[in-house]
Amino acid sequence: MTAGLTFNGINKSFGGAHVLRQVSLDVASGEFLSLLGPSGCGKSTLLRIIAGLERQDAGTVAIGGRRVDDLRPKQRDIAMVFQSYALYPHMSVADNIALPLRMRRLSGMQRLPLVGGLLPGSRTTQAGIAKEVTRTARALGIESLLARKPGQLSGGQRQRVAVGRAMVRNPAIFLMDEPLSNLDAKLRVQMRAEIKELHRRLGVTFIYVTHDQTEAMTMSDRVAVMAEGEILQVDAPQVIYADPANRKVAEFVGSPKINMLPARFGADLTHAAGTTFDVRARELAGTAGTLGIRPEALHLAEAPGTGIFTGRVRLLEHMGSDLFVHLDLPHDGEGGTLIARLLAERAPQIAFGQTLHLGVRTGRILVFAADGRRVQPDPAPAAVLRSYA
Amino acid sequence: MRAVVDIPEATRPVRQRPDTEPIAACLLAAPAFALILLLFILPTLAVFVIATTDWQFGARSLSFVGLRNFAELLADSTFRISFANTCLYVLVVVPATTAIGLAVALLIESGQSLRAFYRAVHFLPFMATLAAMAVAWEALLHPTIGLANQTLTALGLPTANWLRDERTVLPVLGLIGIWQNLGFAMVLFLAGLKSIPSELYDASEIDGADGTFDRLRIVTLPMLGPVTMFVVIVVALRAFQTFDTVKILTQGGPAKASEMLLYTLYVESFEFLRTGYGAAVTVVFLAIVVGLTLLQARVMDKRVHYQ
Amino acid sequence: MSLRRLGPVAALARHAVLLASGALMLIPFVWMVSLSLKPPGEIFRAGFSLLPEQWYAVENYSRALTASPLPRYMLNGVLVCGAILSLQIAICAPAAYALAKLRFFGREGLFTLVLIGLLIPHEVLALPLFILAYKLGLLDTYAALIMPFAVSPFGIFLFRQFFKSIPDDIVHAARLDGLSELAIVWRVMLPMAMPAVIAFSIFSIVSHWNDLFWPLIAVRSEQLMPPPLGIMAFKNEEAGSDYGPLMACATLVVAPLVVAFLAAQRWFVEGLGGGVK
Repeated sequence: MTAGLTFNGINKSFGGAHVLRQVSLDVASGEFLSLLGPSGCGKSTLLRIIAGLERQDAGTVAIGGRRVDDLRPKQRDIAMVFQSYALYPHMSVADNIALPLRMRRLSGMQRLPLVGGLLPGSRTTQAGIAKEVTRTARALGIESLLARKPGQLSGGQRQRVAVGRAMVRNPAIFLMDEPLSNLDAKLRVQMRAEIKELHRRLGVTFIYVTHDQTEAMTMSDRVAVMAEGEILQVDAPQVIYADPANRKVAEFVGSPKINMLPARFGADLTHAAGTTFDVRARELAGTAGTLGIRPEALHLAEAPGTGIFTGRVRLLEHMGSDLFVHLDLPHDGEGGTLIARLLAERAPQIAFGQTLHLGVRTGRILVFAADGRRVQPDPAPAAVLRSYA
Repeated sequence: MRAVVDIPEATRPVRQRPDTEPIAACLLAAPAFALILLLFILPTLAVFVIATTDWQFGARSLSFVGLRNFAELLADSTFRISFANTCLYVLVVVPATTAIGLAVALLIESGQSLRAFYRAVHFLPFMATLAAMAVAWEALLHPTIGLANQTLTALGLPTANWLRDERTVLPVLGLIGIWQNLGFAMVLFLAGLKSIPSELYDASEIDGADGTFDRLRIVTLPMLGPVTMFVVIVVALRAFQTFDTVKILTQGGPAKASEMLLYTLYVESFEFLRTGYGAAVTVVFLAIVVGLTLLQARVMDKRVHYQ
Repeated sequence: MSLRRLGPVAALARHAVLLASGALMLIPFVWMVSLSLKPPGEIFRAGFSLLPEQWYAVENYSRALTASPLPRYMLNGVLVCGAILSLQIAICAPAAYALAKLRFFGREGLFTLVLIGLLIPHEVLALPLFILAYKLGLLDTYAALIMPFAVSPFGIFLFRQFFKSIPDDIVHAARLDGLSELAIVWRVMLPMAMPAVIAFSIFSIVSHWNDLFWPLIAVRSEQLMPPPLGIMAFKNEEAGSDYGPLMACATLVVAPLVVAFLAAQRWFVEGLGGGVK
């Protein structure tokens, strides 16, 4: 039933504007893959190309190993859930869900109103369709809504109907285009779990387009981060977070945003924000670049020193279990703001305006070259390691 | 013990500045209010009153006759013919205008090129002065030198004296009515087509409805349902109000074959000066128009729920 | 976007059908202009030729302009339409502002009256207004042509809708700047509602330039007739015999709106298409 998906060298431009450049990706059969990126990064266009609603300028798409470039959407064995749900407002929920089956199983003559029902075979087919519609509706808990029109449903119910319409014909691949963005925050959390559960139950491939990193990180097997028409990195959510391939990925994923500090790399030490770090990257020695530090990698320190930031507290945000501290760094070392995420219970009475010292474990510093590329720092010499112990 | 407490200056209730908003509002609205009363409401009431009298314009006396004018109306063969002609005219013009207007709108919207040009050409008759265009139509339909008969003769088909023949005069007026109004219907349909969300077409394509016919049946036509009802009623309203072509081209003739409601109203009220009787015709006309407009209001209401 | 790209055959068929139906729509216009260019001899000769063998345009058009008071008709049309539109805006805009933004006793009642006025077609009012004009001695004057249209319920309704969409804060700011309520209507609301003003102006001008029914009742003297009435008079006088000048006359009456329409198509479509909604 389920099938993998491969696309290779996809290019697309609209009137001179490049929307997708040389996009290639393999999606395993049964995988839940998210396309994550800011609006305008080309993720929806990529999804529409997979669906066959848009034609690529160059490159190929294959579903289950079969090239589908010349196939119409209905021949591609895919189903799609749209951002606005795109339910037919004049049809009942049952008819909405039944439509894909009717279009496939009934001949053109049998689909004619009135006359169609009298043709041989159409009644048996219709009964079969009705049974499947009921089964799908029951699976989604919308059985009681079958007779209603979409206009009479709540947002969450419409969403389920849209999923039902996609589910009913057992496609090999599910395409979802920001399906949760029209729901309120609470419902979104609930539907996130439901879609994840649906994926587990159906076991087919899901391609999920979103600009919401929480959705992508919580639901996916792998996340493809996109920006400006390119895929920047494809990896499991935790890898995307902990081990980003470049600056853009590191900056797009994570909330609060990662701290990015302009740095100068020396032979042994790295200088940034008025202090020195035990980070060395031989290939970058003598150049400028950036250090990335996740807010939760910072911890309170007693006194200033090597690898310790010192600054004045500018803003405190209490988030319940966490405390976000915004620290103004002194102007003599580049200046800027540092955000730290501390456990509220571990943080003593920090006050606005006080001077604070924050340390970071060397292993949690991400190093980026001037062009944004991620660079693995060289291992620390044994002597230094020992001094930590 | 009683203490006389002097309320300190600061805590005394501040005297409200008089609120001038209602006064200003009344001044702004007064002219419109007075004119609507004088030019719309009172005249309409007057029509109902006059319709119950036997007043002839210019006569010194009049008397109350109750519903006699309406009874006379029902018995009057001219009115009955006029009413029947009007209904027939509406029954031809409305479906034809709606269907052709829809077809033209669908054709225009189905491609990219020359959209504005086609829209302009089809919309032109709607805003051109009908009185002047009626004169042009008369030349076109002239029995000997008109383009219509010349073409028919060239093709070896029978000709007719279109505007002087009892059998052809009403269909010809209907044709002019369709010609004049179809651009209007087209414009309304074009607006309706623009408002169909493109995701619905995407969804139908994925669901397998990707042929022209299936797209029309599953998305386009149902989504145009409310607009269609609206077009039908608005065109019907316009058709009921047909006057210029009758007045200029036929004067209701020959033999009352093109007598229509508004023309009858005009002749009775302003040529025969049978004021009371004319008012009764006016009441009938008003009833039809109001009925249609209220129907339209209900349809528009429904459209809100349709979304 | 919404409809899929047509294949070459279908695209060609689309053009074929639309060109054909478009041509049918234009026939009366073409025939009218064609006849206005021909001498009587050619008009009464059988034949299809679109263009005349002998150009007779100058003769026909100068006859149209001199044998009848056509220039006077056109001037009347301009005067009447201009006066009606000015009065309508001057009277409707303040009322619409009061309905949209101010609270006062009787607001609901006034709005109900506007809706009722919207419902009543003008032909219904002709009889009582004729009697009223007669009693006031206004029949056969410009006033008779203009006054019945001095207020437009549709105009009030349209402006009110538009004014309602303008934020209240703008009104408050204007008041703080010291503008009177009337000044707010003229200096703030109307300029901001320009699209509605233009749409309504087109709707009003087109309706009254083309109106035959009321002028037919209200005026008799030639020097007061607006164009549609004038052309009817011209046709009856000439007894249909002199087609060239008659068609020239019709062409001249239709021309101003057609030219304006071709110049500002989008506004016309919006003004007239949205006009009835």
